[in-house]
Amino acid sequence: MDFLSILLDILLSAAFWTAVLRIATPYVLGTLGELVCERAGVLNLGIEGIMTLGAMAGWMAVYQGADLWTGVLVAAACGALLGLLHAALTVPLGLSQHVTGIGVTLLGTSLSYFVYRLVLPQASTPPTVEPFQPLALPGALAQTPLTYLAFLLVVAVAYVLYRTPVGLAVRMVGENPAAAEAQGLNVTAIRIGAVVAGSALMALAGAFLTLSAFNAFFFNMVNGRGWICIALVVFASWRPGKALLGALLFAVFDALQLRLQQASGGVLPYQLFLMMPYLLSILALVLVARRASYPRALMIPYRKGER
Amino acid sequence: MKGGPEVVLRLAGISKRFGPLLANDNISLTLRAGEVLALLGENGAGKTTLMNILFGHYVADEGSIEAFGRPLPPGSPRAALEAGIGMVHQHFTLADNLSVLDNIAVGTESLWRWRSDRGAARRRLLDLSQRFGLEVRPDALVGDLSVGERQRVEILKALYRDARILILDEPTAVLTPQESAGLFETLRRLTADGLAVVFISHKMNEVFAASDTVAVLRAGKLVATHATASTDRARLAELMVGRSVKPPAPAPLSPGEPVLELSGVTVASGHGRPLLDGVDLTVRRHQVVGIAGVSGNGQTALAELVSGLIRPDSGRLSLKGSVVEHGDPADMVRRGVARIPEDRHSAGLVGAMSVWENLIAERYHDSSFSRFGVLRRGAARTYARKVIEEFDVRCPGPDARTQLLSGGNMQKLILGRTLAHGPDLILASQPTRGLDIGAVSYVHSRLLDARAAGAGVLLISEDLDEILALADCVTVAYHGRLTPLLPHDRVSVSQLGLLMAGHWDILRDILPETVDAA
Repeated sequence: MDFLSILLDILLSAAFWTAVLRIATPYVLGTLGELVCERAGVLNLGIEGIMTLGAMAGWMAVYQGADLWTGVLVAAACGALLGLLHAALTVPLGLSQHVTGIGVTLLGTSLSYFVYRLVLPQASTPPTVEPFQPLALPGALAQTPLTYLAFLLVVAVAYVLYRTPVGLAVRMVGENPAAAEAQGLNVTAIRIGAVVAGSALMALAGAFLTLSAFNAFFFNMVNGRGWICIALVVFASWRPGKALLGALLFAVFDALQLRLQQASGGVLPYQLFLMMPYLLSILALVLVARRASYPRALMIPYRKGER
Repeated sequence: MKGGPEVVLRLAGISKRFGPLLANDNISLTLRAGEVLALLGENGAGKTTLMNILFGHYVADEGSIEAFGRPLPPGSPRAALEAGIGMVHQHFTLADNLSVLDNIAVGTESLWRWRSDRGAARRRLLDLSQRFGLEVRPDALVGDLSVGERQRVEILKALYRDARILILDEPTAVLTPQESAGLFETLRRLTADGLAVVFISHKMNEVFAASDTVAVLRAGKLVATHATASTDRARLAELMVGRSVKPPAPAPLSPGEPVLELSGVTVASGHGRPLLDGVDLTVRRHQVVGIAGVSGNGQTALAELVSGLIRPDSGRLSLKGSVVEHGDPADMVRRGVARIPEDRHSAGLVGAMSVWENLIAERYHDSSFSRFGVLRRGAARTYARKVIEEFDVRCPGPDARTQLLSGGNMQKLILGRTLAHGPDLILASQPTRGLDIGAVSYVHSRLLDARAAGAGVLLISEDLDEILALADCVTVAYHGRLTPLLPHDRVSVSQLGLLMAGHWDILRDILPETVDAA
């Protein structure tokens, strides 16, 4: 079989598209979360740690006997708390968003491992829970509820940002906080709110990994997905619809490389295939993001009354 | 004004201190419905601070504000908006990436509604726009608008919120003369509707064009309040500056040897017409050469050339008789060129750094300011104190951050940096743009002092009055070319205007002996 027919076989199989939607889900959620933070003018590099904490906390709640949806809520609440920490340091105190974000990632990741080991000191094989089951729908539509939730949230975030007063306020503080303040808005409160909400979304991405895609928590399971989300936000020019598109595109590359790896039968080193989605993302970023109009006040702390 | 319209705003005993600087000192003002009050004062007199206190950006240390008979809570723009006060900031507070309608409507609805009522917002905006003759396109991105249009958006923003008192901070600083006239027309329509307007200005002609009452601030104090009709320019200028202002009077001096010579200098632009096209120019000691011209006719390239930022593509540049082969900015400084850049904020000073750091920026590597690669901070500070004293820079001290200084004081700082070392050539690009009367006359007298001390001055300015007052010789830039030098007493403003528009045929009348030069 030549390469093209292999590719065609893959692209026409329902299993491939099922995998694409599944792989895309954490990217969709994480990118939406980052997008909400950045629209308000706050870069949140804590995303990797917040996703890890969401993954651990959601799983741990279910492992301790809570039902799956309670686990999801616990994850979101933990993400919101870490987001509050990031917001407290970057918004009223105006600390460097880069440094704070990396600190939050380190804290979120280590805290997750620490709590996990505290509760399960001896586990050599990670214990499992009963995860979300795919809905009984045909073909690629057979997804777990969290995937459907992620796609609904794209619409919801887009609606809030573009059709409600609070969304306009969020965009305004990300573009020009001085203008927002002159219109009587509380810049600090709006930025903190956006970071907290965005971080809760990121934590959902983590919870999807342990409660839907897999059924256990293990170290390094987030594996750089947060950083990909940061790039996807730029790729999406800070728009929810394009964020969905970017996440799907990345998932297509990822699902494709797995299958091509198997089909190649060891002719090419598998690392080449692993690289593919990242290389293609960089390429897409270069092509799309050069003209991106970023929120003007992104990464600029706002201090009231400063001349 | 006894028994006139109701008093809508009353400031009582406002004082505000920034560190050691007393920005507002016990200021009391009243404003009546339908009145236009001009707040006149030099840069740094405290006008903007006062209005920022009124609008809640700052909190006053002392004093109280009453709007429409009710006390205004301090430090809250929201409270000011609710009390009917709107402010148009000098640096517009608009978000470029959002539409006009979004910029105006943000914050006017309760945040927690499920849906913005954009239809109603649009109707209200268009209604206001029509009522006050302020044309806008609601769906245009603010970033695509001209400066005049942005200002209309700012005014509409205030009106949209039912402002009855409108504060405008230096509203004409960014407008063309035609746009300014339009603005004053708008102000008349607003006051006819019963609004009260405060506008901040340091330009005398605006005060007379637009205001009913004028309040003069000087060094944080309210020095006088007059009905505009009952006063005159000279009196206001004196109140503003605190002394009478004399126009500069250059003493006649005979020019010395050349310090700057350009011969046949061409600078390509990369596309189309060259930036400079075969320019010949000589500047001598004891001489001010003025370059007049509409901006964009090669003045910037000429300034960059003399600063060492760009090099000629052909032709020759000599300083004090020696040809400069590979000039760079540091080399030009070493050769005795002092530079007053066109934009003091972006090219002149580093706002986030201190006064002393900025002062030694051109010569920090001198042995007087560093030894073995280590800065001599003590020596630098002592030097800074000397320059601050000598050039009358109003600032808390050598360690003050430069961005806290007013425009006039920033310019004095640049003058101090460049003139303190007895330069041979001074390149002054728009040296008084945006400065108030006091600072302008200070800059002029310093330039003339340097001329008397033996420097040559290359003065690039769009202000013809300035050029004719200072320059010994004038040349006009048009499409990258320069006219021959014209003695300042043989050319009139209207002739310069014609030359600036490209009518070089009149050179024949001004300079019969060099008829072939053009």
